[in-house]
Amino acid sequence: MAASAPAFPQGPVASRGGMTGRRRRNLIAGYAFLIPNLLGVLAFSLFPIATTIYLTFHEWNLSDTPVFNGLQNFVLMAGDSLFWKTLGNTFYYTFVAVPVAVFLAFWLALLLDRKMRGVLSFRVIYFLPHVTLTVAASIIWAWIFQAEFGLINWALSKINVDGPYWLTDSRWAMISIIIMSNWKGIGYAMLIFLAGLQGIPPELLDAATVDGANGWRKLRHVKVPLLTPTIFFILTTSFIGAFQAFDQFMIMTNGGPAFATTPLVLYIYRNGFAYFKMGYATSMAAILFLCILAITLFQWSVARRWVYGFDMDN
Amino acid sequence: MNTISTEAVQGRPAAGLGAGTSPMGTERSRLLGNLGSWGLLSLGGIIMLVPFLWMVLMSFKSLDEVYTFPPQILPNQFLFSNYAEVWDQVPVARFFSNSATVAISATLGVLLTSSLGGYSFARIDYPGRNTIFLLYLSTMMIPFAVIMIPLFVQMRMLGWINSLYALIVPGLFSAWGTFLMRQFMMGIPKELEEAAEIDGCGHFRIYSTIIMPLCKPVLATLAIFTFMGFWNDFLWPLIVISSRDLKTLPLGLAGFQQKVALNTPWHLVMALAVVSVLPILLIFIIGQKYYVRGIVTSGLKGAA
Repeated sequence: MAASAPAFPQGPVASRGGMTGRRRRNLIAGYAFLIPNLLGVLAFSLFPIATTIYLTFHEWNLSDTPVFNGLQNFVLMAGDSLFWKTLGNTFYYTFVAVPVAVFLAFWLALLLDRKMRGVLSFRVIYFLPHVTLTVAASIIWAWIFQAEFGLINWALSKINVDGPYWLTDSRWAMISIIIMSNWKGIGYAMLIFLAGLQGIPPELLDAATVDGANGWRKLRHVKVPLLTPTIFFILTTSFIGAFQAFDQFMIMTNGGPAFATTPLVLYIYRNGFAYFKMGYATSMAAILFLCILAITLFQWSVARRWVYGFDMDN
Repeated sequence: MNTISTEAVQGRPAAGLGAGTSPMGTERSRLLGNLGSWGLLSLGGIIMLVPFLWMVLMSFKSLDEVYTFPPQILPNQFLFSNYAEVWDQVPVARFFSNSATVAISATLGVLLTSSLGGYSFARIDYPGRNTIFLLYLSTMMIPFAVIMIPLFVQMRMLGWINSLYALIVPGLFSAWGTFLMRQFMMGIPKELEEAAEIDGCGHFRIYSTIIMPLCKPVLATLAIFTFMGFWNDFLWPLIVISSRDLKTLPLGLAGFQQKVALNTPWHLVMALAVVSVLPILLIFIIGQKYYVRGIVTSGLKGAA
């Protein structure tokens, strides 16, 4: 092979020499551009992931040396009723808040997807809560839900309803937080739906009109099918987000009453930073990750049954 | 009644026969539809705005006016002094400057590292690139809540607990930002830089004089997203910051509300809330276009 090289005419050899020079330059430049970023990702993403794996097999109170305890963390977890309770809370919150938000956001986007006066201001108004600090929004809503002086119970008293003690009643606390979270999050989903709706080629809708489709049928047979990829995107990202919700629980109820609104993330936080059970907390975080992963994978696996064009992409 | 029936009758045949008869009916039903949605949207819009309004009004009330039932909508007198009082009770200026320091430095860092990394992924061809890119994509899937404890341990090893470094340094790198920059840079025609290459420009020249100027819109999007993310962040500062003078606004606000659990001065809490929300709302309203575009592209990228 090496011997055959000189047999080639000069041109290709010269250009090949040029190529290697260029390749080397590209290699150096490629990594030089990437290095700062790559180091950061290695240090602050991959290293913590490695630490997570290490800590799940150890017991550690942060000051002494970690003690290897095999799968003891997971055995403890299985018998920890609060772990199950808080995991259940996380599921309850996620599977109620997300579908409601997606449904409402979808209708909102349909209403906003028309040419009329004030439509732009509406978009901004519905989006404002999304850019507000969650902490500030939680504080405002904590007062709105306040049982004796809050706005909601005042409004209810106007129609002769005795409002509940929202945030301190274990039957209502989670619902209150879901209401607040959807108030805050709906604008984001709405905006993405709106972009999806406006991406539908007008010819398709015109064709449907010519075929005699009314508003409902256009929605059912043109808009919804074409928006399924958008719905899929919003569902997957919202589920991932909802599983990690923390701020509003911490501020509005601090997890109470009687753990009724303690999501798993808050329980992990307490175990880590109040009880200093670093190994145990990390193990629960690993379970949280597996839950998120399982739900995401499940959504991907059923996507081709209902998401338009899902097969074609892959 | 009338309109609905004309619409139903006209809808089908008219559409097929031509535009002659239909515009009247469809126009009228369109207007009615607009009116209906306008009503619904206004109702929803009020629900969206009332909490903000209530926050602002409460921030001007006296504590007695806060604790009244039925609630008093307007304060008897707008007490601007509430804001001065908050300033006396908590170091608002410190919170503010901490938040600004963290958000601005992290944003600048992300813009730099993400654009460099994005350039490398999008416009330089070298062995190992695609593997590393996949690695980036996979780190994007790790939720923060999952690595917060190891990250805390790491900050502790570095001696950064209770220091703004813990808030800034891990934030200087963003897999998502790199991804966003890469996607945008992939769309820039190759010919643009080939001409520059013939002129003997190296990659850094091409990056700084050709590609970056073209990336202004996506840089603006990334900047707004990053800034807002850091400005609003609560959980991570809560974990690594404890001394009062290092708190960011969300942390200071939460601490102010919880510290005085029994007799919370709600009027003052709301004043601090207004102070913390106002800048971010202003930035959003100014940078709306880029923010919305960022959401839309990230949404459609995932969807398409």
